[in-house]
Amino acid sequence: MPSLAPCQEEAAVRMTGIVKRFPGVLANDQVDLEVRRGEVHALLGENGAGKSTLMSILSGLYFPDAGQIAIHGRPATIRSPRDAIQLGIGMVHQHFMLVPVMTVTENIVLGLDRPRFYLDLGKTERELLELANHYGLRVDPRAYIWQLSIGEQQRVEILKMLYRKAEILILDEPTAVLTPQEVTDLFSTLRRMAREGHTILIISHKLEEVEAIADRVTVLRKGRKVATVERAQATKADLARMMVGREVLFDLHKEALPAGEAALQAEDLHVVGDKGLLALRGVSLTVRSGEILGIAGVAGNGQRELAEAVAGLRPCKRGQVRVAGQNATNCTPRQAIEYGVGHVPEDRLGTGLVPNLSIADNLILKAYRTAELARGPFLNPQAVRALARDLVARFEVSTPSLETPVKALSGGNLQRVLLAREISCRPAVMVAVHPTRGLDIGATEAVHRLLLELRREGTGILLISEDLDELLALSDRLLVLYEGQVMGEVQPAQASIEEIGLMMAGAGHHNGAERAPEARAL
Amino acid sequence: MIRGRARLRIEKRLITPRWMTYAVPVASIVVALLLGAILFAVGGVNPLQAYGTILKGAFASTDGLAGTAVKAIPLILCGLGVGIAFRTLLWNIGAEGQLFMGAFAAAGVALYLLPDAPPLVLIPAMLLVGALAGGLWGLIPGALKGLLGVNEIITSLMLNYVAILWTDYLIYGPWRDPQGYGFPGSAPFEAARFPRLLDTRVHLGLVIGLAAAAVIAFALQRTRWGYETRVIGENQRAARYAGMNLVKNILLVMFLSGGLAGLAGASELCGLATPRLQMGLSPGYGYTAIIVAWLARLNPWAIVLVAFLFAGLLVGGDSLQMAMNLPRATAYILQGIVLFAVLGGELFARYRVRVVRKE
Repeated sequence: MPSLAPCQEEAAVRMTGIVKRFPGVLANDQVDLEVRRGEVHALLGENGAGKSTLMSILSGLYFPDAGQIAIHGRPATIRSPRDAIQLGIGMVHQHFMLVPVMTVTENIVLGLDRPRFYLDLGKTERELLELANHYGLRVDPRAYIWQLSIGEQQRVEILKMLYRKAEILILDEPTAVLTPQEVTDLFSTLRRMAREGHTILIISHKLEEVEAIADRVTVLRKGRKVATVERAQATKADLARMMVGREVLFDLHKEALPAGEAALQAEDLHVVGDKGLLALRGVSLTVRSGEILGIAGVAGNGQRELAEAVAGLRPCKRGQVRVAGQNATNCTPRQAIEYGVGHVPEDRLGTGLVPNLSIADNLILKAYRTAELARGPFLNPQAVRALARDLVARFEVSTPSLETPVKALSGGNLQRVLLAREISCRPAVMVAVHPTRGLDIGATEAVHRLLLELRREGTGILLISEDLDELLALSDRLLVLYEGQVMGEVQPAQASIEEIGLMMAGAGHHNGAERAPEARAL
Repeated sequence: MIRGRARLRIEKRLITPRWMTYAVPVASIVVALLLGAILFAVGGVNPLQAYGTILKGAFASTDGLAGTAVKAIPLILCGLGVGIAFRTLLWNIGAEGQLFMGAFAAAGVALYLLPDAPPLVLIPAMLLVGALAGGLWGLIPGALKGLLGVNEIITSLMLNYVAILWTDYLIYGPWRDPQGYGFPGSAPFEAARFPRLLDTRVHLGLVIGLAAAAVIAFALQRTRWGYETRVIGENQRAARYAGMNLVKNILLVMFLSGGLAGLAGASELCGLATPRLQMGLSPGYGYTAIIVAWLARLNPWAIVLVAFLFAGLLVGGDSLQMAMNLPRATAYILQGIVLFAVLGGELFARYRVRVVRKE
């Protein structure tokens, strides 16, 4: 270790003047970052701000076009994740890199130089248990990955890094797939690690979490560093302003509306998922016109199947779906559209849009059969263009022309196109699945505004989202889905996050919700 | 001075620039010609002389041009048929068989259904029935794919053999002309002879081919079906999400595709000097049409243009045989080289090679 200046400890990580270019975009533009030893440092920014790129450089996945990196005061050249590990840098990615059919121990041992020939897994298991207990990570080294919950899998990833003697730990959007309880557990683990001298870097775009865990925050915007602040000295509004570049309003104007007719009724839905197992097990719900019914739950608990069943994209094994009073059970997608179901799918470019076709072509995807656009078998190109122009203007889609292929648009604009199309069909019920996932604050605001407007005009909205804050802000009522069943219903105004979190994790059971007897026998 | 190792990296392109969609096919042809030249040189033939003979034979004389046009007609029709199938990601390799079934059905009409009808009745009937037969032949792999998920490449390819052997059987057997001096071929049906254009060999089939191109080009841009075709060909999941009936589309497209090839078959019959069902009706037009459609990037008018080029290659191949004593297969070799070059060109359109220097 080089000698230390008396009042200044050498930073654990110092990145200076980092530049990284990709085709068409300058991801990092002269970014400086200084992270002290033993601190929890958050990297905050919207999608595309450059935080993942910067951390990928630090963890050896990318090599910078310019700039220097110093670890504990010593200059370092990191060409691969292996170099990074040797310097004590480990990264836990958003999408875990675990082999489901192997045990925890096997996964952790994968890729290590030692042992070379002879595997003594028993010894490794004991070492892992010791390590895990030291940090308060509850993990069974002998469990198979497929048996573990997402939260537990994340702990395995962290343990993997700790076993490799990582001192500097980078976590990429760690809370995206966790329930509120698991988030709390994770944060206490991280604080413990920081106290022991580990340096923690968290990439996030969620202000609330950053506020909860970070000691210091570095905000990136459009590839540049905006500022590094002590968490205690910056308010949420300050951080948001730095992230976006302008004032951000946090409250939505949502007025109380009288409940209308039932726009969507689902009764005892049983729907089979892709793996052949029941994804929905007896779900019943009602969405009234002029109401937003939020569906909370960790991804993979039947939300997607629910949306697809309503939109006619997936058959129901049992149960009924009624749209605006009409029986829409097991109807074709076309019938669902005609009954008045609007659907904003979570897979925007894969399902909701045709990436290579123009904006105009995408905007008429559902309306091309109607009398306004088609005369018999012929499409009216002028009518198509007029509709496209009107929608682009009304929904403020930023695009060079109507003929631009839709894949060239940014995430926020893609979502505007999708919403424009669905809303223009005047649906009786709108199923919106993760509508603001991956969008920046400005685009998210716009989507929320559009949804509230739709609600005002009398459409019933089924809002499926992982973002609890979004659900609490927008929903009139909130249901929690766990393993294909409705755990309970809450009023957003009176709900507590703990209560909802418990339901999301399968514990806790609110009045009014009936649970099928076989629920626990999983 | 940059020290260090340089490495080649192949990256997928974000967006293929517009000019490249036109430049790549052209470049592919140039590369193919170069490769062909190498082939000629290795075989001891002067490449320039060879290419010159091809060009002269195909385009330099009225007779040559007429011959080229005549050979282009079935390529246009089959190319259009294959083109619309490919647009919706249906790989119809059965154009050859569909052509033969069209010829068979048309001959059947002429020989047995309407043997004494005047041309004005017979010819439209033959064309219609030929198209229907080809369409139904194409519907078989279509139905198998749409309803049972069977791979259409294999079914359409296998059905080619069935169709060709069936027509062979008829030509050598039950339909063999009793007055034909033992030559394999059906009795002639003179009334079916297409009128000729401008006193050349070029027959009405050309008009039919161009009309088909126009109709298809219009339909693709201006009809609901054309829109659905574009969507399905680009993103099947989105098409289903939008309520499009994918099964109906598969059936319809395979029927149309086969129908165009069947029409080509009927047209070839009527285009003969003495119309009859005979051997050698198609030297592989259905297969060549696949290359034609690909090279033309499935655009109807480009298909017409490329069909002419390939027809020129076939006619020129005849000239090569006559003038330079080269085997007729040379034209097919060149065709194959073009196909490889086209596929290679696709690679460059989708990916690019970058030199990455590491310091």
